Amino acid sequence: MKWLLVAITVVATALSDLLQSYELKRAGEQSVGARGIARLARLVVERRYLILSIVCLAFSFFAFMALVQSQPLSFAVPASAASFILETIAAKLVLHEQVGPRRAAGTLLVLGGIVLLAR
Amino acid sequence: MDQPRTARTYLLVLLFIGLRGFGNLLLAFGTKHLPAVLGVHPAAYLQAMLDPAVAAGIAMLIFALFTRMALLSVADLSFVLPVTAVGYVLAEVLGKVFLHEEVTAIRWLAAFLIFAGVAVVGSTPQNTTKEARTE
Repeated sequence: MKWLLVAITVVATALSDLLQSYELKRAGEQSVGARGIARLARLVVERRYLILSIVCLAFSFFAFMALVQSQPLSFAVPASAASFILETIAAKLVLHEQVGPRRAAGTLLVLGGIVLLAR
Repeated sequence: MDQPRTARTYLLVLLFIGLRGFGNLLLAFGTKHLPAVLGVHPAAYLQAMLDPAVAAGIAMLIFALFTRMALLSVADLSFVLPVTAVGYVLAEVLGKVFLHEEVTAIRWLAAFLIFAGVAVVGSTPQNTTKEARTE
């Protein structure tokens, strides 16, 4: 059961972020002033990929809650941090971002830090 | 490199990290002071939201979500993910300062690794997608 919860958390987080990134790049530069927030809120209800990303985020949130309820945080945090790897690969293959050796190395350092943090 | 745009991106990163860090802190503080333990009943969660600290925490986390969306509109996902991981370090610091949690040597090493990784990723272009290159 714990691996199923890890899989749901990781896949749902990755899907949510990919959908948000794709749709927000299409929507153009956004801001966080009063008008910017209103515009973002409107985008969330108007764009189907953003609606889907919020649904995925909810799945990820509840799966992670169930995971930390049944497993120690020292397992839940590094296991769910696997989404870093999945998302970076997907960002390169699906979103066509340029993930060179420097960005990949930096991401691995951060991942190592998160895994250590949960010990 | 477009300096105003880069500065704006890092401002959004800082805002997001601060909102998420303090939002989670308020949630932790608020829920720890609730009289009853949260179970599976939705009513308990609704009642928890009436607590001022919990309500403020949720409001900050919602604003953090919008800030991250604004960030994703100007920077790569593969850039945003590691750079915003500094939030893990902030959570450690806030936990130590406000909730008096213990921070071990291993955790300081973890913080160093995260900062090093962020510095390396931060030295790469923040937006490399086709949309950005054709602007």
